[in-house]
Amino acid sequence: MTEALSSLDQSSALVDPDERRGGTGTARFVLSKIGGALASLALVVVLGFFLFRTLPGDPVRFMVRDRPTDPKMMAELRAQMGVDKPLLQQFWDYVVGLLQGDMGVSYLQRRPVFDMIGERLWPTILLVGSATVLAVALGLWLGIRAGWRRGSGFDKAQTGIALTLWSVPQFWLGLMLLVATDGLFPSRGMHSPDVAPGFFSEGLDVLHHLVLPCVTLLVVFYAQYMLVMRSSLIGEMNSDYLTTARAKGLRDDLVRKRHAVPNALLPTVTLVFMQFGMVVSGAVSVEAVFSWPGLGQLLYEALRGPDLPVLQGVFVTLAGAVVLMNLLAELLYRVLDPRVRTA
Amino acid sequence: MVAVLAASAVATVPFVPAAAAQQQGKVLRVALTTGIDHLNPFTAQLAASTQVGRFNYEFLTLPSAEDTQPTGGIAESWKTSDDKLTWTFAIRQGMKWSDGKPITAQDPAYTFQRMLDDENARTANGSYVTNFASVSAPDDKTLVIKTKAPQSSMTSLDVPIVPKHIWEPIKDLNAPSTDEMAVVGVGSGPYLLTEYKKNEFVKFKANKDYWRGAPKVDELQLLQFKDAEAAVNALKQGEVDVINRLTPTQFDALKGEKNITTNKAPGRRYNELIINFGVKNVLDQPIGDGNPILKDLRVRKAIAQAVDTNTIVEKVMNGYGQAGTGVVPAIYKAYTWTPSDAEKTKFDIAAANATLDQAGYAKGADGIRVAPGGAKLEFRLAGHANRPFDQRVAQFVTGWLKDAGIGVKQELVSDDELDDRTTAGNYDLAISGYGTSPDPDYALSLNTCAGRPNAEGNGGSSATFFCDPRYEDLYKKQLTEFDPAKRAELVKQAQAVLAGEYVDVVLDYDNVLEAYRSDKFSSFTKQPQPDGAILEQSGYWGVYGATPADAAAAGSEESGNTGLWIGIGAVVLVVLVGGGVLLGRRGKSAEDRE
Repeated sequence: MTEALSSLDQSSALVDPDERRGGTGTARFVLSKIGGALASLALVVVLGFFLFRTLPGDPVRFMVRDRPTDPKMMAELRAQMGVDKPLLQQFWDYVVGLLQGDMGVSYLQRRPVFDMIGERLWPTILLVGSATVLAVALGLWLGIRAGWRRGSGFDKAQTGIALTLWSVPQFWLGLMLLVATDGLFPSRGMHSPDVAPGFFSEGLDVLHHLVLPCVTLLVVFYAQYMLVMRSSLIGEMNSDYLTTARAKGLRDDLVRKRHAVPNALLPTVTLVFMQFGMVVSGAVSVEAVFSWPGLGQLLYEALRGPDLPVLQGVFVTLAGAVVLMNLLAELLYRVLDPRVRTA
Repeated sequence: MVAVLAASAVATVPFVPAAAAQQQGKVLRVALTTGIDHLNPFTAQLAASTQVGRFNYEFLTLPSAEDTQPTGGIAESWKTSDDKLTWTFAIRQGMKWSDGKPITAQDPAYTFQRMLDDENARTANGSYVTNFASVSAPDDKTLVIKTKAPQSSMTSLDVPIVPKHIWEPIKDLNAPSTDEMAVVGVGSGPYLLTEYKKNEFVKFKANKDYWRGAPKVDELQLLQFKDAEAAVNALKQGEVDVINRLTPTQFDALKGEKNITTNKAPGRRYNELIINFGVKNVLDQPIGDGNPILKDLRVRKAIAQAVDTNTIVEKVMNGYGQAGTGVVPAIYKAYTWTPSDAEKTKFDIAAANATLDQAGYAKGADGIRVAPGGAKLEFRLAGHANRPFDQRVAQFVTGWLKDAGIGVKQELVSDDELDDRTTAGNYDLAISGYGTSPDPDYALSLNTCAGRPNAEGNGGSSATFFCDPRYEDLYKKQLTEFDPAKRAELVKQAQAVLAGEYVDVVLDYDNVLEAYRSDKFSSFTKQPQPDGAILEQSGYWGVYGATPADAAAAGSEESGNTGLWIGIGAVVLVVLVGGGVLLGRRGKSAEDRE
């Protein structure tokens, strides 16, 4: 987290002098950032391919484990999956396929990885998205309150709670919530098999399923937003402009709302974006506990294989999300903070 | 104001759909802890998916619930020619597909022919047809299958028979459309597929026209769980009715629960300690880096004498297993080998020491024996790092062997690493295990010469690398012996030969641990009877025979609760959002006042 923030500071320090002239500077800035993101993506693809090749094990033997299979069939499978080709050839095929939106075929399920990721993406975005929105709202709200009254009982209590919850293992918390709520919320999946058809009833059914996994993620994730908001607000609190604002005779909560918070918000907003990609992968254990049919669960299943094409696909997707969100964060930071634009 | 109105609107509605969703008939909900890859029976490979195929489609013949001996399905009776190469099945008359079309001999003929012609059709069950020479249906009542060599598994082909009129027009069996209800919705089994939500659940309705009679349960649901603990919790709270694959700890914890009945049954898996006796590939070239001392039969015998299988069952399996003898688990009574007193290797550390003393391996100063050449009797023991069973077994074996003057270096590694090592012969001792099928052919085939890997180290299906002419002879004879009693005798003799060479020590047969809601269901049909497993049978007997308990009111109050809690949740959400809006408005007005 701190590393991410400091890299942002660096980028703001390294602003090209040309950029002061506006138009072309901005275009160059945006292009260079996009170029950087594309380079990162290319690296991700290379890493994603070769990293998983170092895992031991023969995929075909894994597929037919515990079932009677004769050598001829195994050779057939190897040829079908292309694992009998030289590694570089496989890599080439992989890259060419990837450019055409083809991520290969799952060893385990024998289905296109692209489709498998596609059908898992939306549940994850729903879960992680709602948890992030709530975590940001709760974290900012508590962080502002705690930071403004630094050292108060409220601050100490909130900081303590946040630090404790942040360090709780997600899967354990999820299981505890399952046991504690005693059947009030469904323990698996996103849909019940018994729900009446209809947009409204099905929507409510999904909401009902969403409660526990969302709360689990929320509880673990709000802490970092709260702590960052709190510390950056504290950082602003001794600034001269706040003294000026107070000297103007503004009420305390107006000073906070109109002057301190907007400035302190910057690092938090970028953090939200930069964390979003991480949160998706962080959902792995929560999705496993609640059998939420998302990307995290797919990754969890694929790891047990290992189902290489799926691992690669999920890796590229998740890393791509991180890269994209970082790019957005950098661009957004420039929009939000006039200092970065005109320095 | 708007927010408050919205809150009341949302809060009142949830009660309606929840009440409407309440099920009328009796529903059996099974917790699945393994994934589903496909519904298409030609390509479905995962355990849960093959189970789906078993419920949805009738088989030609299948292992009976009573004792896993072949019993009729689509075939009413069958006979073989004198040379055992031609099988003639008489097809049961009057059976119908769920779309009303009659089931004829054309359907099984098409199913098997498709597997012979289409590589993709062999994905799941191809091994059953590799030995087929031809399949034909001379008329609607007769199916004839010719095999290249005698094949005793012909009366338990674990292949769902599909309707020809539905599947014939489908050219690409890998097409996603083969998983859709339009295709898999036409079945013939006790339960018919009605809905599939990928990665979440599968629903079936009872087949009212099922030839054995309609099931007593109206609806069957398979609900996917990724986390076993969450599944156990769901059983306790009545969200599911049956669950299997419990760990001993989970099983013990469920034992005392109200309204829950546990079921401990003999399982199809055996665990073994394999010993590298100087393994060779299929061309008889030595491979791997096994310790050459283990080529000495007397050393291997001493190791077998020093392993106490009863302790493993009691201490490692918490009593949830049976001590092992041969490679056919005790669930298949007819083929299980019970060693005579002379054949039996009893646990006896003193005898193990005596065996090694006689063989000339004297104990050194550190208590470890030394071979005549000066090499120490010290062996690596490989196992799965992530399996508690392997961890505990490794501890016990290390202790016992130490008492016999043999040093053990434990090497617990990842599954794939272990797979790699055992396939390449790079081990001294290794903990291994296999799941078997009702026909003993598979368990025996794991130890034939042909199962060894080829020169490139590929293609192996051998459990032990065993290759012994006496065993091969018995293996071939049992394959062509169609008299059940005589075949059983050959199968047992083969196991005795294997055990006598001490290339492995069969440690135990795992129990199947299951539990169900006794307030909702009074009984299930077990396989084998009387105390077999409910789920994961060779067949569909367990859920087909599910008998609901006489508790009409069960579950209604829960549904109300669900609605209530959705309502409360929605109210809380709306209050939060509404509160936010109000706060925002307050902020604005303050600004205006400024």
